Amino acid sequence: MRSPFLLSPDEPKAGGLPAGQHHYLKIRNLSVVFDGFVAVDKVNLDVSQGDLRFLIGPNGAGKTTVIDAITGLVPASGSVNHTGTEILGRKVHQIARLGVGRTFQTASVFENLSVLQNLDIAAGSGRRALELLRRRRKTEPAVEEAMELVGLGHLAEKQAGVLSHGQKQWLEIGMLLVQNSDLLLLDEPIAGMSQDERIETGQLLRKIGASRITLVIEHDMDFVREFATSVTVLAAGKVLSEGSVAEVQADRRVQEVYLGSAKEGGE
Amino acid sequence: MREFVASRWGVRAGSVLAVVLLLVVAPSMLSVFSLGLLGKFICFAIVAVGIGLAWGRGGMLTLGQGVFFGLGAYIMAMHMKLADASLFGGTGVPDFMSLYGSGDVPGWWEPFRSPAVTLLAVALVPGLVALLLGLAVFKRRVKGAYFAILSQALAAAFAVLLIGQQATTGGSNGLSGFRSFFGFDLQDPANKVMLYSIAVIVLLMMMAAARQLMHSRFGELLVAVRDQEERVRFLGYDPATVKTVVYVLAAAMAGIAGALFVPIVGIVSPADVGVVPSIAFLIGVAIGGRATLLGPVLGALGVAVAQTSLASSFPSFWVYFQGLLFVLVIGFLPGGVASVPRALANLLKQGARTEADRSTGAFSAKSGVPQRAPDGLDVSTGPIREEASR
Ligand SMILES: Nc1ncnc2c1ncn2[C@@H]1O[C@H](COP(=O)(O)OP(=O)(O)OP(=O)(O)O)[C@@H](O)[C@H]1O
Ligand SMILES: [Mg+2]
Repeated sequence: MRSPFLLSPDEPKAGGLPAGQHHYLKIRNLSVVFDGFVAVDKVNLDVSQGDLRFLIGPNGAGKTTVIDAITGLVPASGSVNHTGTEILGRKVHQIARLGVGRTFQTASVFENLSVLQNLDIAAGSGRRALELLRRRRKTEPAVEEAMELVGLGHLAEKQAGVLSHGQKQWLEIGMLLVQNSDLLLLDEPIAGMSQDERIETGQLLRKIGASRITLVIEHDMDFVREFATSVTVLAAGKVLSEGSVAEVQADRRVQEVYLGSAKEGGE
Repeated sequence: MREFVASRWGVRAGSVLAVVLLLVVAPSMLSVFSLGLLGKFICFAIVAVGIGLAWGRGGMLTLGQGVFFGLGAYIMAMHMKLADASLFGGTGVPDFMSLYGSGDVPGWWEPFRSPAVTLLAVALVPGLVALLLGLAVFKRRVKGAYFAILSQALAAAFAVLLIGQQATTGGSNGLSGFRSFFGFDLQDPANKVMLYSIAVIVLLMMMAAARQLMHSRFGELLVAVRDQEERVRFLGYDPATVKTVVYVLAAAMAGIAGALFVPIVGIVSPADVGVVPSIAFLIGVAIGGRATLLGPVLGALGVAVAQTSLASSFPSFWVYFQGLLFVLVIGFLPGGVASVPRALANLLKQGARTEADRSTGAFSAKSGVPQRAPDGLDVSTGPIREEASR
């Protein structure tokens, strides 16, 4: 049974929750090779529950590929351990059922279905056959709560296809929440959003990140500074640096990589 | 108007109207011959309900439904042949077998001597074949286009197989000359009306089942799988299972339709189950509007009526006309006739609306879950990601 509370009262902290049984993500020697091209190169990464980790790096650094590998979309070598369970090598839907949820760089929702239907499907992978064959009579509490949380409560019956870009991203985050995943992987959730929408999304991420393992890919350094509790920098498939925002920003190698790519015309 | 059609009262009123028209008005107005024709069309409409689910809602281009229709039809035909042989000949061996074969009933015919086995098998055998095929195809993520070609090839192979087995399936003549149906005399007009009525009732039941499925959570999931199969995986579902379930259901419906077709029409031959009928099933569904409940049924009935009246006067013209119609509908009216009212309404609305409130944020056309073309004909899922530039 899903707890009706999607949020914890705490704030996310670097290093995660202070005590008790942690959920964690432990990646060791993760490598992804595309026809001889090493997109992800022996990456080690640890994220604990309650830490809002940002994964940054120049274009083509392999950030999306890391998430693709974790979620089973691309074949990879090494180890991805989610709170004691090895998830590498499983099928995409099995990994999702182990509590791993993700969003996509281009928001991908079911455009022909309503906001409510999108969330209801996301909440339902554990439903039994008989439950599936019946009509949805009432909205599940978690769905209701997620809809309010991502600010789409007033749009429940709207077709997802007509939502704005930002609203689609929020819907995807809402789908992650009702999916009941404790490991959230978000790929550039604020890309294409207005400044106000970015701030709202950042606040939302802090709320949900307090009780989950959260890894957010982001380019916008202002956004990272404001909302990250810890940062991992990826460049050319390798982990370049890791720590608090200040630590990472002070790192010479990070500055070099970042300034270099910014000049080439990145973001 | 739309709201009424979709509302509970609309559905009730529509159902009552359909029952009265089909079960009371038609039998009293039509000759026995015309009623038989309508009954045959009703059988096609039952197939269409299944295709509407599998193709319209599930995005599977089911180009081989003739196989399942044929399985149901031949199983029923075998039973009727065996029953006739016991009733009238006394030998228990169907007439054509003594003519072309050894005069022995092959072992695989025997189970269908039993009425109960036959009734179950007309739905279960097609369902089982679809299950095996569906699991093999969908679990391996065979792309949609290959699935369509595969089902088409299966239909062709099935027809060839039947033609080659003159002694056990009647070859290209098929099976015909039935005299009784579960003990009822097929010559008796009252029994013909009964057969027709059974077909109508089965059609209405299948439509009710399809409606329930469309409005259920499973129906919503099915649309999600159709539109974005890859995305659904990340929510913890295996789309192969969802698709297989619907494919099996559509196959069972086609099988039942085939089983009704045989006593109503009085013959089944490879010409009723091969490639051409498989495509013909699809055309009505496309024209009517494949994603709706009524569209496939009305489309199938309409095409069947047109075919019967046109094909007799201009047989070759009809084939081309049918093909042209199919292409036109898929190309310009992917939602079929059912989408015309909405398309018109949108057109009117668009005239009044300014462009401004339709603006959306900038999209980065970067990696993400591939989107399937909304018309569902472009059935390939495409690569997971675009080939990224190095
Ligand atoms: N399916 C694929 N086949 C071949 N190469 C790929 C594939 N996917 C990604 N790559 C390559 O791997 C590298 C890393 O790509 P990835 O999308 O992970 O980068 P990223 O850090 O997410 O970049 P961005 O910030 O632009 O999203 C790129 O050079 C890309 O071209
Ligand atoms: Mg990326």
